[in-house]
Amino acid sequence: MAEVTKGTRIQPSVGVKQKKLSTKSNLHGWLFASPWIIGLLVFFAFPLIASIYFSFTSYSILQPGEFVGFQNYHELFKDDLFWKSIYNTIYFTIFFVPLSIIFGVALAMMLNMKVKGMGIYRTIFFLPTLVPHVALAVLWMWLLNPGFGLINGILDMIGLQVPNWLGSETWSKPSLILMSLWGIGQSVIIYLAGLNDIPEEFYEAAEVDGANWWQKTRHVTLPLLTPVIFFNLVMGAIGAFQQFTLPYTMTQGQGTPANSLTFYVMHLYDNAFKFFKMGYASAMAWILFIIIMSLTAVIFMTSNRWVHYQGK
Amino acid sequence: MDPKVKIKVQKGFSHVGLIIASAFFIVPFIWMVSTSLKPITQVFSNPPEWIPKPFQWSSYLDAMDYIPFFTYLDNTVVITLLSTFGVVLSCPLVAYSFAKLEWKGRNVIFFITIAVMMIPGQVTMIPLFLIFNEIGWVGTNLPLIVPAFFGVPFYIFLLRQFFLGLPDTLRDAAKIDGASEFRIYWQIMLPLAKPAVLAVGLFQFMASWTDFIGPLLYLTDETQYTLSLGLQQFQTQMGTEWGLMMAVSTMMTVPIIILFFFLQKTFIKGIKFSGIK
Repeated sequence: MAEVTKGTRIQPSVGVKQKKLSTKSNLHGWLFASPWIIGLLVFFAFPLIASIYFSFTSYSILQPGEFVGFQNYHELFKDDLFWKSIYNTIYFTIFFVPLSIIFGVALAMMLNMKVKGMGIYRTIFFLPTLVPHVALAVLWMWLLNPGFGLINGILDMIGLQVPNWLGSETWSKPSLILMSLWGIGQSVIIYLAGLNDIPEEFYEAAEVDGANWWQKTRHVTLPLLTPVIFFNLVMGAIGAFQQFTLPYTMTQGQGTPANSLTFYVMHLYDNAFKFFKMGYASAMAWILFIIIMSLTAVIFMTSNRWVHYQGK
Repeated sequence: MDPKVKIKVQKGFSHVGLIIASAFFIVPFIWMVSTSLKPITQVFSNPPEWIPKPFQWSSYLDAMDYIPFFTYLDNTVVITLLSTFGVVLSCPLVAYSFAKLEWKGRNVIFFITIAVMMIPGQVTMIPLFLIFNEIGWVGTNLPLIVPAFFGVPFYIFLLRQFFLGLPDTLRDAAKIDGASEFRIYWQIMLPLAKPAVLAVGLFQFMASWTDFIGPLLYLTDETQYTLSLGLQQFQTQMGTEWGLMMAVSTMMTVPIIILFFFLQKTFIKGIKFSGIK
């Protein structure tokens, strides 16, 4: 502090001007960011705090709740459907997220080739994300119908044994994973953008060194794509834990057969908006939050082992 | 082998690969369109038939009678356009201040923004519903529109990446000429960020157009329903109205497909990940 004053004394005009500028730029910064700062407080910070509080009450829309301590959490741990929904959700996440990364990167690499008509191919791959989820659910229920569905029709022709897909407890989740993989267009777009960001010089240099396609992929493309893979891994895991619309519309909120499609957020939604157990559902939301936060933390911790940033 | 021929063969293989992979993505969609044009007797035929015989458009007309199609379309368009407008207005402004302006607390608030991206929507869903209920917005489309005007973390993140990649020279030059900070943003930097703004706008447009849980929570009156909520009405106790549902789905999907086809190049250019941290 003393040094700054000394500095101003020697060059008074510069010092004053700089100080003035910084107040001004502070003001501008806050002003430009103000919509989001308000949004952050109103739509995120306040609800977040409110939901902790609710999770310790018996609040419902119909009547003001009482403080019940950890009772909601106690009850949850005794709720069989809660555990079932956690199992279903983890099952889905473990299979879907890695598969979506493998297929996503592979598709993006295909869509990044320089051939004619790429706009059409890209549109086709993106198409499923544009179909409304309700229609998607119905469409797939039907494609997978054991009696007259298209997929079993084809499998039948090849002479394979056909599963009962969505009607069977064993096959319902794999069916859902298949359907979800159909809709990975959004992450493919993000991978494509990442591929676009890789400077051409790297490939040229690799070619000069005589690298073949596989070596280029292994030593140039994939390492430079890791920040994007990392981003999609985090967002994909979070998204997978929040699976809702597809199973909800497909089973009309029932999670059939035998609750094999009751996902965590469906159970949460039912408690909150069907049974109006807002306190109980808030406790569920917080458990979900803690699970996701720990998962994200783990992914972040492993990240400096495998994520490479350009220019480092 | 002659290098020219070699390239041709390689390209040929690329196309074959692309076409095979495309089939997986397009077949269900073709099935959707073909069903919307089929007579009901053909819908369940086994083995499945691809080409409607005879072609009939009646599902499209019937669907418009079965649900108040144009009311739902209106509602969807209003919500989609306004929320997209909100996002395009607010997010670049905020992203710009994170990328190019220097202010106290900037890094802390940006860090919080990233952290917020990881909060599952369900955690804030209940309190938000209660807030909107308290101020009488449940049963209106306001909860689906107003928050967009206050910024969406993922979009702010994407736009910030893009702004970071823009050079400072133009901005400095304009500053010396005495342009105000807002003018610099509005007339110089924002036009340069057009691909990113477009990408974000398109993301929001698509999310809002097909959103299900938002309308499900907040729209209580049938006259306010959106198309994606209205689709559910084709599923009744008696079964599903296949042809009608597929007709409406086709009508919902085709306009965005066309939009995407023309914008895809700019769209991909708008998403930047280099320098991500």
